[in-house]
Amino acid sequence: MADCGEPDGPGNKDDITRSKNEGKELTKEEKQRLRKQKKHQKKQKERKNEKGPSETEKDKTPVSLLPPPQPVATQKAPSALPAPASAPIPVPASAPFHSSPAPSPADKPAKSKAELKAERRARQETDRAAKQPGSSSSGIKTKVPLSELNPVVKRLPEHVQVDDPAVVKRLAKKLERQQIPLRSDYGYKVSLFSHLHQYSRKAPLTQLLSIPSTVIHPSIVRLGLQYSQGIVAGSNARSVALLHAFKQVIRDYTTPPNEELSRDLVNKLKPYISFLNQCRPLSASMGNAIKYIKKEISNIPSQCKEEEAKTKLLTCIDRYIEEKIVLAAKAISKYAIEKISDGDVILVYGYSSLVNNILCEAFEKSRKFRVIVVDSRPRLEGREALRRLVQRGISCTYVLISALSYILPEVSKVFLGAHALLANGYVMSRVGTSQIALVARTYNVPVLVCCETYKFCERVQTDSFVSNELDDPDDLMVTRKGKTQLENWQDVSSLGLLNLVYDVTPPDFVDLVITDLGMIPCTSVPVVLRVKNLDQ
Amino acid sequence: MEECLVEYFRTQMRTDPDMASAVAAIRTLLEFLRRDKGETILGLRESLKWATDCLTEVDSSVAVSSGGELFLRFISLTSLEHQDLSRCKKVMEERGELFLEKISLSRTKVAKLCHTFIKDGAKILTHSSSRVVLRVLEKAAAEKKRFTVYVTESQPDTAGKQMADALRRLNVPVTVVLDAAVGYVLEKVDLVIVGAEGVVESGGIINKIGTYQMAVCSKAHNKPFYVVAESFKFVRLYPLNQQDVPDRFKYKADTLRTVSDLSDEHPMIDYTPPSLITLLFTDLGVLTPSAVSDELIKLYL
Repeated sequence: MADCGEPDGPGNKDDITRSKNEGKELTKEEKQRLRKQKKHQKKQKERKNEKGPSETEKDKTPVSLLPPPQPVATQKAPSALPAPASAPIPVPASAPFHSSPAPSPADKPAKSKAELKAERRARQETDRAAKQPGSSSSGIKTKVPLSELNPVVKRLPEHVQVDDPAVVKRLAKKLERQQIPLRSDYGYKVSLFSHLHQYSRKAPLTQLLSIPSTVIHPSIVRLGLQYSQGIVAGSNARSVALLHAFKQVIRDYTTPPNEELSRDLVNKLKPYISFLNQCRPLSASMGNAIKYIKKEISNIPSQCKEEEAKTKLLTCIDRYIEEKIVLAAKAISKYAIEKISDGDVILVYGYSSLVNNILCEAFEKSRKFRVIVVDSRPRLEGREALRRLVQRGISCTYVLISALSYILPEVSKVFLGAHALLANGYVMSRVGTSQIALVARTYNVPVLVCCETYKFCERVQTDSFVSNELDDPDDLMVTRKGKTQLENWQDVSSLGLLNLVYDVTPPDFVDLVITDLGMIPCTSVPVVLRVKNLDQ
Repeated sequence: MEECLVEYFRTQMRTDPDMASAVAAIRTLLEFLRRDKGETILGLRESLKWATDCLTEVDSSVAVSSGGELFLRFISLTSLEHQDLSRCKKVMEERGELFLEKISLSRTKVAKLCHTFIKDGAKILTHSSSRVVLRVLEKAAAEKKRFTVYVTESQPDTAGKQMADALRRLNVPVTVVLDAAVGYVLEKVDLVIVGAEGVVESGGIINKIGTYQMAVCSKAHNKPFYVVAESFKFVRLYPLNQQDVPDRFKYKADTLRTVSDLSDEHPMIDYTPPSLITLLFTDLGVLTPSAVSDELIKLYL
């Protein structure tokens, strides 16, 4: 545990805090110094506390080390993505390192001990690699797969553990390191959803940023503001806006000396992603797009010149948008039009860019049908859909979702958009979708979901509570005849306003999913994911 | 050219009445490939597609069109990078014969998988006349199992009676019931086995009219509903309901040609959705309806 040997003089600390306040990005050396200081302090504290437990660890004679974890750990350590473990992790590793037990004959074949040892080894390796120059870590908490024996322990993402104070503290620390302000929750949260964030639109994150902020690129700041105010909304729109912003970031990027583009750019993107996550939780499509970009960046060979690498990345992003969004929409329209016959009455819910596209294309191909647009408060997105369809000349009817069972006997098909398709076949979409699917099923009306393959995600969810998004509760207030009934809802202690954004629909209610790969039943989503993984 | 093709097809059907119409179609296509004098591979593919369409006009069952398409895919699924066209054609012909060999064994494979589900003393209900179901019941009888069979009459062509005759020759006790008596007889039976003319992407089946009714009733009685089908019957259709099945499969080929207003005609087939089917027995194995899509993706992509 080599320290630079610098005493924690007040001078150093002042320097660092001053530069933070000025919004200047900490240089690498200062960041490393900060990290070491914190580590040192923690170690001293922990050594005092863990004198007891570390001795009992010494007593447990560990099983001889298994060779596989070693090379695995060394292989994983140099790769930037997943970035090497951050400050808190080496601390528990340091304690047993000092006890340094000799490999003794395996008296107990208890696998757990071997695993523990392997874990510790792995952590030490990553730790050592983290100290080397050329791998600057921005301290993201990583899920380092510890050994091949251990199944990868999947930790819950932080944005669904808001009621756990330890997790919130960790998130706050991480954001502090990345110099991104933490957005505070607003208002009383309904207890079932207390594990989710709830932000107010009147307090955008950008107000807490210092000006000028050189940590976050201005186009990302603009994007974050657009997300949090609802100016850019809808799964496809958000992904495309994100990709365009990243293109701008790449254009303005210059590789600092002694750094490799493939590693440094990825690390530069991480605070941006945290910032956008704070403005509005990332959608599944955005997550997949980010994964793709990160993969492309890290695949850039190190001999590549900077200009060349940048143009390559820009073309990659353009191709992604073209293939996965634009062309996919055309392919889906082609399949969907086969399912629209003359005389159909089609029901749509809210505003889905893809479903609108399909209906407009079908109308161009002179199919005779009429549309019923179902809408719901507080977003009233259906009005936008209605406006666009009527402009084309399609005859439409507009109802609110409470009139659904009244209107369904007239309907011959239901077309729904999706925010994401989960690995167990559940469809995650705007809140109200599962209600429509349920009622349509009871009336034996076929339900068709249209979704591009880039929205398929590996997550599994069986209910809408575990992972969702809570929108601004003030949106539910409505002013009629000059009176706003819920104006003082915060004063009423037993009143909570809930503004959910998404819900999940089980696959039994969905008859058909139309993707750019073809028409598949809802249960075949894992097959598509498998095929996609083989392609990549 | 066309008459030659059709004549060959009809001869094939006549010589072996036990053969599925799709198999006869594939034999015809193979012969067509042999005799074809095209110059390019693309031209070859086009002419094979045209030949399949011709055959669909003669016999409008789903299996013929799906069999034809799968045949075409199978033979072109190899590297055709040879310089010489005749060598390419030879490769394709060999693949075609391999395909034919595989599918001629498919009924035996299906029978082997399915007969274990017929227990001793079972009462089976089946619909209309299916050669695959007959093969399954033959195998079960050969395994010295005792079972009784109820067959629906299956109007308008009373195909059920042929099935009953065939079963009587096997010394299996068989009763012919009216189509309307399915609900009545279901409380007595233990399981329902039907064949299929086509298996669609959702995992549902297209079969002789009356199958859907039987499936709904067996679901209501909680009796298992089994489907036996060979893999060349898997077709790239996805009907949402009865109306969504294309007209060219619903009616017989001569009806489509002669009659202009189809609303007076009665369709010959119906669509059974996957939620009513318990298991499908195919030469690819025993599948649940949701696994059919997986197999289709493997077959077609």
